[in-house]
Amino acid sequence: MLAAFPHAMPVEGLIGGLMIGIAAALMLLGLGRIAGVSGLAARATGIADSGAPRSIAIAFVIGLPLGAFLVSLATGGVVTRFPPSVIPMILGGLLVGFGTRLGSGCTSGHGVCGMSRLSRRSLIATAIFMASGFITVALMRFGGLL
Amino acid sequence: MIRLAIALVAGSIFGAGLAFSGMSDPARVQGFLDLFGNWDPTLAFVMGGAIIPMAFAWLIQRRIDKPFADAHFSLPGTVDIDRKLAIGAGLFGAGWGISGLCPGPGLADLAINPLPALTFVIAMLAGMTVHRVTN
Repeated sequence: MLAAFPHAMPVEGLIGGLMIGIAAALMLLGLGRIAGVSGLAARATGIADSGAPRSIAIAFVIGLPLGAFLVSLATGGVVTRFPPSVIPMILGGLLVGFGTRLGSGCTSGHGVCGMSRLSRRSLIATAIFMASGFITVALMRFGGLL
Repeated sequence: MIRLAIALVAGSIFGAGLAFSGMSDPARVQGFLDLFGNWDPTLAFVMGGAIIPMAFAWLIQRRIDKPFADAHFSLPGTVDIDRKLAIGAGLFGAGWGISGLCPGPGLADLAINPLPALTFVIAMLAGMTVHRVTN
């Protein structure tokens, strides 16, 4: 499958994606809320004053590493290839934190929850952050940073 | 209590999905954004897979008065397309490309590769705090 892209994981991607969608559906139909990770993280840490009840946000945020840990146990380890330097982590983290608050969402809130609702705001936000990501990585590639 | 359990289970399924799909691997996410390199389409399958159950969930949401475990729906009603949305998404995309991480995988990776993930998460929370202080 996908012979042109030997590194791709289409089956794992689709199954993992379905799990993410089911989790977001559980938040929507169970608690009436958007599973937007940036908003829930801001709420859990007290950086945001409004949004989900803080206990709900904290429980969801704790679940993220817990679920990843369980998959790591069940599959014998999950590959995470981080950049060797801390600079992309710090610079990337700052931009992701500031940008997701200013733009009211990230890949989960706008990309998964908003796009599936056909929200115009989310469709535009997703198009912009995707384009920005493509351009940023292209600049890094041609600048010799990849 | 039931609400906390639902949120914890939802967060865990979400984090498990990220790890299983390869999205907790920054190099794989960066590979999707790397159109001029060794392009990796996996993220498109993850996004497609996640949107399918959510599209059904929105259809159900329109037909029920309230969620199963809460008093009412608390959903964003903003419709304006403004500069904040565009600039915020642009900055987020740049940070996503630089690090290969967005908020979900950053938090999920705390359990898999704690040191670099914690560096990212602390910087992300600092960025969120800067937004709060300046807006």
